[in-house]
Amino acid sequence: MSATAPMSATAPTSDLAAATKTDFPLLARDVYGKPIVYLDSAATSQKPQAVLDAMDAYYRTVNANVHRGAYHIADLATQAMEEARAKLQRFIGAASPREVIFCRNATEAVNLVAHSWGRTNLAAGDAVLLTHMEHHANIVPWHMLASERGVELRWLPLDDDGRLDLRHLDQLLDGARLVAFSAMSNVLGTIPPIRRIADAAHERGALVLLDGAQYVPHMPTDVAELGCDFLAFSGHKMCGPTGIGVLWGREELLEAMPPFMGGGEMILNVTTEGFLPNELPWKFEAGTPAIAEVVGLGAAVDYLDGIGMEAVRRHDVSLTAYALRTLTERHGETLTIHGPPEPAARGGVLSFEFGEVHAHDISQVLDTHAVCVRAGHHCAKPLMRRLGAVATARASVYIYNDRSDIDHLAEALDRVGDLFGPQ
Amino acid sequence: MAGLEDLYREIVLDHYRNPRNRGELPCPPAQRAEGFNPLCGDEVVVYADVADGVVRDVRFGGQGCSISQSTASMMSVAVKGRSLEEVEKLERSFKSMMSIVTDGGETASPADLGDLEALRGVVKFPVRIKCATLCWNTLTETLRS
Repeated sequence: MSATAPMSATAPTSDLAAATKTDFPLLARDVYGKPIVYLDSAATSQKPQAVLDAMDAYYRTVNANVHRGAYHIADLATQAMEEARAKLQRFIGAASPREVIFCRNATEAVNLVAHSWGRTNLAAGDAVLLTHMEHHANIVPWHMLASERGVELRWLPLDDDGRLDLRHLDQLLDGARLVAFSAMSNVLGTIPPIRRIADAAHERGALVLLDGAQYVPHMPTDVAELGCDFLAFSGHKMCGPTGIGVLWGREELLEAMPPFMGGGEMILNVTTEGFLPNELPWKFEAGTPAIAEVVGLGAAVDYLDGIGMEAVRRHDVSLTAYALRTLTERHGETLTIHGPPEPAARGGVLSFEFGEVHAHDISQVLDTHAVCVRAGHHCAKPLMRRLGAVATARASVYIYNDRSDIDHLAEALDRVGDLFGPQ
Repeated sequence: MAGLEDLYREIVLDHYRNPRNRGELPCPPAQRAEGFNPLCGDEVVVYADVADGVVRDVRFGGQGCSISQSTASMMSVAVKGRSLEEVEKLERSFKSMMSIVTDGGETASPADLGDLEALRGVVKFPVRIKCATLCWNTLTETLRS
């Protein structure tokens, strides 16, 4: 791929990072005596002090179980949780907080839809349309449903630049009840034409589930504009803690769906004969929720709102352009970067191959230079097969990364060449 | 920090660049098994031709990192022509070097690991131990079938 992105129109990328880097305590540490170069935010982002403080303050001053106690701090805990839900509602442009379901992560959100909506609405002969760039989280739940219900899985192919090939979209949609796809690939960075696919799906009577695990942390998100019916995302990739994520769904769909898991909180009444499910959103939130994590995620939303998601996106595009240019200039002959060549068509996720060197070895050498990148199949084995790769190394950026991080990566790759290059 | 030279010893890189016994064997008479490392997606295929309790021939295939590929190469050299008991002893000694306690426990007299000794440094890189043991587990699978 030739990655020659024009840089003229982009502002210096270091501005945002200069303002935010000191907000992230972990980024002040060193690794083997060198300052850490964290380039694995597509796996999980670092956490700003504001998020750590919010969770700490919750445990120190408010901790009580929610939606139960009639005492003061129980009421405060409930309020804290529901305020966070309202923040997330605004953050993604949802019509109502009733549409914001807290779950563990994007994976659980997809499983919720597959289990609850899928088992209610899909039968043998129905099709679910996926793409070749899906994360296993948006593949395996559908495989499980397919083998249980005889549902047919179909796959939208990719072109050689890692874009979805939509030439046969209409045919593939024929008989499909759901299109489930990533709004931003965790391997290629590809941002597909979401609205176009969603509109085509709706015309054919299919619903649309978006895996927003990479998209929501990096892009201004408005579910109405996206035109989806469900959106799944994780808190920990957007400055929030692990163990908390969101399923957004259109209210009438969620209303019609049966509960996912049974237990406390999700019921209105239980008798020896049966139960009556609670109203939305609690119908889908069985058991004591991850309250501190919800509060932390709310603080993460405040933090990102303070920066502005438009600014986050501009920073990503600018830094991605710099990375594509710098890495290609320095290592063009040995380096293959997967995904669309235009920074504006992708997120800040760069999966690459370096000569014949295995990604694990690349990552090992980079580690000695305190450069943290992911190596492996990135939970996307069908995509790896499509790329003809066993594994790739992946560098991914976020608001706290700057050009010097990319320069460190480019330099450390020289050492990979020294060790594994032609002898 | 353990240095890269502990991991990427010259013998290791040599087996990686010039793998011994890479290829396939006709099945039957040979047996074949596949192994996967779910962490990084590495895949290894091990073929073994066993007759009268002796590993007559062995081949390996698949794709993986320098550690997984060089271990497979060194392992193939080490087990070729050995009895099944000797192979088992080699595996136990190798895994013990990787700090893995096997069912049989520490052997009284550890087998001579030959070139495989060069992988001793892998134990300092815990994430890579799986790379070095993948082919051994796959060989065990092959010999069991």
